[in-house]
Amino acid sequence: MEDTAKMPLNETGNLVDVKNLVKYFPVRKGIVIQRHVADVKAVDDVSFFIRPGETLGMVGESGCGKTTVARTMLQLYRPTSGTVEFQGQDLATLKGRALRDARREMQMIFQDPYGSLNPRMNCGNIIGEPLIVHKLTRSRNEYRDQVAELLTTVGLAPYMASRFPHEFSGGQRQRIGVARALAVRPSFIACDEPVSALDVSIQAQLINLLEELQAQFQLTYLFVAHDLSVVRHISDRIVVMYLGKIAEIATRDELYANPLHPYTQALLSAVPIPDPVIEATRSRILLTGDVPSPLRPPPGCVFNPRCQSVGDDCAGTHTEGLTNEAGVPDLREVSPDHWVSCIKV
Amino acid sequence: MAKLLEVDDLATYFFTPEGVVKAVDGITYDLEEGEVLALVGESGCGKSVSALSLMRLIANPGRNVRGSVMFDGKDLLELTEPEMRGIRGNDMAMIFQEPMTSLNPVLTIGKQLTEAITLHLGYDKQQSEGRAGDLLEMVGIPEGRGRLNDYPHQFSGGMRQRVMIAMALSCNPKMLIADEPTTALDVTIQAQILELVQELGKETGTSVLIITHNLGVVARYADRVNVMYAGKIIERGTAREIYGNPRHPYTIGLLKSVPRLDETRKELLEPIEGLPPDLIFLPEGCAFRERCAYAIDRCATEIPPLVEVADAHTAACFVSDQLGSEWGGNK
Ligand SMILES: Nc1ncnc2c1ncn2[C@@H]1O[C@H](COP(=O)(O)OP(=O)(O)OP(=O)(O)O)[C@@H](O)[C@H]1O
Ligand SMILES: Nc1ncnc2c1ncn2[C@@H]1O[C@H](COP(=O)(O)OP(=O)(O)OP(=O)(O)O)[C@@H](O)[C@H]1O
Ligand SMILES: [Mg+2]
Ligand SMILES: [Mg+2]
Repeated sequence: MEDTAKMPLNETGNLVDVKNLVKYFPVRKGIVIQRHVADVKAVDDVSFFIRPGETLGMVGESGCGKTTVARTMLQLYRPTSGTVEFQGQDLATLKGRALRDARREMQMIFQDPYGSLNPRMNCGNIIGEPLIVHKLTRSRNEYRDQVAELLTTVGLAPYMASRFPHEFSGGQRQRIGVARALAVRPSFIACDEPVSALDVSIQAQLINLLEELQAQFQLTYLFVAHDLSVVRHISDRIVVMYLGKIAEIATRDELYANPLHPYTQALLSAVPIPDPVIEATRSRILLTGDVPSPLRPPPGCVFNPRCQSVGDDCAGTHTEGLTNEAGVPDLREVSPDHWVSCIKV
Repeated sequence: MAKLLEVDDLATYFFTPEGVVKAVDGITYDLEEGEVLALVGESGCGKSVSALSLMRLIANPGRNVRGSVMFDGKDLLELTEPEMRGIRGNDMAMIFQEPMTSLNPVLTIGKQLTEAITLHLGYDKQQSEGRAGDLLEMVGIPEGRGRLNDYPHQFSGGMRQRVMIAMALSCNPKMLIADEPTTALDVTIQAQILELVQELGKETGTSVLIITHNLGVVARYADRVNVMYAGKIIERGTAREIYGNPRHPYTIGLLKSVPRLDETRKELLEPIEGLPPDLIFLPEGCAFRERCAYAIDRCATEIPPLVEVADAHTAACFVSDQLGSEWGGNK
């Protein structure tokens, strides 16, 4: 990744390049004089790229940093270090019009369909607000037509524009979030657990909608979720995160057929399959212990305390070509498009 | 096997200013000793209310309006409140849907665990603490005894959930109700905990009623399944029957709408269109009718009863015998 990631857009062809991204949240103590006592290492040196038109899935346990990656990519959080390039341009260096354009191109659908919509705005204005902010509408009539069209696109009726968020179901609210993100004609949407809060029957409706919109508007998605069956269904490639770091990246079929990182193997074996006949004979890898705190990540490979394949050299031993100075495994491309950070692979 | 629990025509309504919410509307089922029974269905269909009704934990404006709950030879709905308190947490224990809010943040883990043990088993302080420490180790918290003086915030989410399970198991219940025990957890921790519940069930003969909307969890852990829709059980059978030979359009819809890890990617998922009905204004006839592709005229006027469609398998649908081929079955 190092080599390709340094090339400009016209050579890599990537829509998004994330390089060595770090996001720490400081923990402070004291009422009058706040002392900086520690850092939550939410995202710790993460590099990946997204190709135009693809869906990059992102999975990992609660608290491993998925939302933080998405928000930092969109500059909703300022990175502690590292860069995010969109169409070959470093977002941190953009100013004025160029920054506004980049902001418009990159949208986000949020995890919580209940908390992410302003309860005092009606649905039409929630969807239409970005049109006004980005000056994409010229008259009141055009605005009304645009909002109506957006509502229809996401499977809601234009007359619903005057309703308020509490008058919609969870699934419908998530559709409003999608319509709002689509309003400014973005090329990239970060979907943060867009279906996790919804019932299975409603989930399927929304997943289909996202896929149809992708085909219709040539959208590129980052799709964050913890349901691995859903991620498998929707993604082209998948990033597996663990405690602020990337464990593995591979194409969907490769990841599910040939998982290399011990964490990915455990994760996949833990997903129950809705078929009692298959379940009766399936073997699974049970991890022991809890996810360690991002305040004090273990030395070396962050997964080593729970790892079923752990060896003596996993807890901070420097291995030339496989780890950095501190013994943290490098993310290596072991076969085309298959990256893994484990020295045992 | 002997029956531990027999629920007959249980109904619980909420009398709200907007109208009567028929949250649970005449459900009948049983649970055998040592069995794991799953209750599945969409959000709001009455799963939690039906479980809370067994425990008699329904508060105003809710009320049990009919039916009986025979548990270990007694009708729980006929007991006095002090008698019921002797059963709750003792013979019948529950892991609640929101574990994070069910622990008291200002009491130590040890205090919360020993309270029930002292009350129900009559142990002294030292015995209770010994048992509490053992329980924590049993649910996979290393050095359990050493952590009795910790407060809930010092435990991670997964650990707190395990404390809840330890608490539920502290008095060797005959029956454990687990309401969405793992939705807030990640798959690897989820697997750890469900495995534990299943193992303990086998070891101690405890029967388990597990409430979930994860169809994978059901397939892995349940012996039998009840599918609920709008306050009623609409299909019931062994897990193998329900997954291999579903006979209610709603169950088929649920099974078709989830992507599966072991399946090659389909072009599009097949969702169940529409939304569940409002439980105050239930339509006449079958409650699933408006979302159902197989509805016939009769469905608009009559409520289909649960009838046997195969051995140990019942479904409440007038056209269930025509649905045998609708589900391609499991590959
Ligand atoms: N604003 C913040 N201030 C301090 N810590 C934070 C903040 N946001 C996130 N964190 C911490 O950073 C870590 C990563 O959080 P993040 O929300 O990115 O996880 P996630 O992978 O999205 O989890 P989930 O699956 O539960 O949504 C967690 O330990 C979290 O507590
Ligand atoms: N105190 C109450 N007052 C009025 N209605 C209530 C009350 N408690 C529950 N209900 C209604 O009863 C119905 C059943 O609720 P219940 O909590 O049993 O659903 P559930 O199947 O457990 O859903 P979920 O999967 O979301 O937990 C719902 O429609 C709910 O709105
Ligand atoms: Mg998140
Ligand atoms: Mg519930």
